Amino acid sequence: MTALLSVEDLSLGFATEAGFASVLDRVSLSIERGQVLGLVGESGCGKTTLARAILGVLPRETARITGGRVLFRGTDLLTADPASVNQTIRGRAITFVPQDPFTSFNPVFTVGDQIMEILKWKSPRAAELPGRRWLPAVVARYPAERQRADVDAVLELLDTVQLPRPKQLLRKYPHELSGGQRQRLMIAMALLPGPDLVIADEPTTALDVTIQAQILGLIRRLATERNVAVLLTTHDLGAAYEICDAVNVMYAGQDVESAPVDRFFASPAHPYTTKLLASLPDANGTASGIPGEVPGLITPPGGCRFHPRCERADGPCREARPPVDQLGAGHWVRCYHPHRDAP
Amino acid sequence: MRRLEMILSRLVWFVPTMAGLVVIVFLISNVIPTDPVKVLLGENATPAQIEAMRVKLGYDQPLWVQLARHFHDIVSGNLGTSIYSQRPISEDLATRLPATLELTLTAIIVSVALGIPLGVISALKRNSLLDHILRVVSVSGLAIAAFWLALLLQFFFAMKLGVAPLNSRIDGFGPTPVTGLMIIDSMLDWDMESLHSALSHIALPALTLALPAAATIVRFTRAGVLDVINSNHVLYQRAMGLPPGLIVWKYVLRNALISTVTQIGLIFGVLVTNAVIVETVFDWPGMGTFAVQSILQSDHKAIIGFTIWIGALIVIVNLLVDITHSFIDPRGSR
Repeated sequence: MTALLSVEDLSLGFATEAGFASVLDRVSLSIERGQVLGLVGESGCGKTTLARAILGVLPRETARITGGRVLFRGTDLLTADPASVNQTIRGRAITFVPQDPFTSFNPVFTVGDQIMEILKWKSPRAAELPGRRWLPAVVARYPAERQRADVDAVLELLDTVQLPRPKQLLRKYPHELSGGQRQRLMIAMALLPGPDLVIADEPTTALDVTIQAQILGLIRRLATERNVAVLLTTHDLGAAYEICDAVNVMYAGQDVESAPVDRFFASPAHPYTTKLLASLPDANGTASGIPGEVPGLITPPGGCRFHPRCERADGPCREARPPVDQLGAGHWVRCYHPHRDAP
Repeated sequence: MRRLEMILSRLVWFVPTMAGLVVIVFLISNVIPTDPVKVLLGENATPAQIEAMRVKLGYDQPLWVQLARHFHDIVSGNLGTSIYSQRPISEDLATRLPATLELTLTAIIVSVALGIPLGVISALKRNSLLDHILRVVSVSGLAIAAFWLALLLQFFFAMKLGVAPLNSRIDGFGPTPVTGLMIIDSMLDWDMESLHSALSHIALPALTLALPAAATIVRFTRAGVLDVINSNHVLYQRAMGLPPGLIVWKYVLRNALISTVTQIGLIFGVLVTNAVIVETVFDWPGMGTFAVQSILQSDHKAIIGFTIWIGALIVIVNLLVDITHSFIDPRGSR
């Protein structure tokens, strides 16, 4: 079975004042249809950059992709015609739930206007609108019959994401809604076009703890019901444990380990993963950190970027990136000295 | 309804604003070291004649009595009589208002129509050649004095090329006066000859006024667009694959215009100030030329009358700007 989305050896970086920062170093991942994949790592490890690279919204002036492919249903999104990707993939087959529901709505339009704008261009009931630019895009007509059908779909989905009184809600401006309501709307907007893949970039980071669990539960339920794959980036291992089928771990722009969720928590193999899991507070509430610091990305350590902080590291770790080591079904690690003492 | 509240509070503030304006202008015009009575009577008047006229016009009274009389007259709707033209000042101003309105409104429309698209384009193509050229042009547009630009345009377009008339509002009698705005009236008359004449007459003075205003609008729109284009809601719409032109010209522009629209109120004030000079250079029969004549003749009541009218105009324009603002940015008004 071919994966729905597979990222192969993607390398990219940003031009900064201090030099070229290598933010992703030969990163790979793959998602099956209907799978919820957690992309886990600390802040700055490159998970949001990877999400944006898949969505094709990296900052144009500074970002440079230096290698690799992003295959979606067999098409490389990096080399395909940008206009056609924009019309047929982005917002239709791949949709997006942003990190911050407070600033991801335009503050001077009602949420209803913004939802209907997405549907005007991305409704599953519409053949693709021709790619329009500039003024024609602004004045393009919204066929009345389809608009009615789209409104019905919106109202129905708002009910599904547990937003009461949807008609009144749609007439409100973003600042009149709570964070939880806005993120529910974002999830609804991500599902309305009927996508195959939703990229959710830290969708609960900006929310209260009590709301976080509800939103995560909602994402999991809808992904299962609608057979939609989800790529969820998070720094919260608990969130990953709750809702993911599999977990990918990143460290300083490199992927280090990938495993089904139960194997990931039961028998982590990479030294970084084990330390990450050990750093979670235990039942007594004591937490241990990982000694050392996350390296800078302008001049990152050679080989495995974790080696300066790893007590297992030796010569080869400093010289060359470890190849993928298959440990079991769906479980691989990039390490010369993985923990194999797993049950 | 916050919008209604805002309008009402503006109307309440109108009175003290105007009163302050009258006091300031009254004091300034009394500080000017010319004697209106001597100017009026000429060099050959005897001291007795001057004294008699001074008493007749009330200039022998203490300043505060003169000021109180002014206030009394203004409140009873009487701006007084111009000591030079011997006609009621309100009447003089009323006949000149449409000319000034036509000139300043045309200039505002031209500067908005030029400034906003150029501002957006220069933000999108930032640091390109076009952006640099626009920056140089807009900085010079702000730096060039209005009278100098007016003279340059006159010299080049009217005298060298002969493509535009040198001065006045229209050739011949003009259309039937309805609104007093030549462009509108000639359209109402369906008189193409008058329309062409009105447009070619207004072109140079309106351009003189519009260029610095457009420069300000370009700079504010550019800054506004750059501010908004990196925000999360734009990233979201790009990630959802909405057409790039739609994102820029509908969503980004709407946010960027919030600061630009606020500026337009201030720009209008500058525009009216410049209009005094531009009207004089182009011999445009508006309130600006009237103000210049009044100042040269130390006609205090006329100067104050002019100031009140212009002050009221600017307050009204700023109120309109704020109402527009409340529609563009609904956050404050619900």
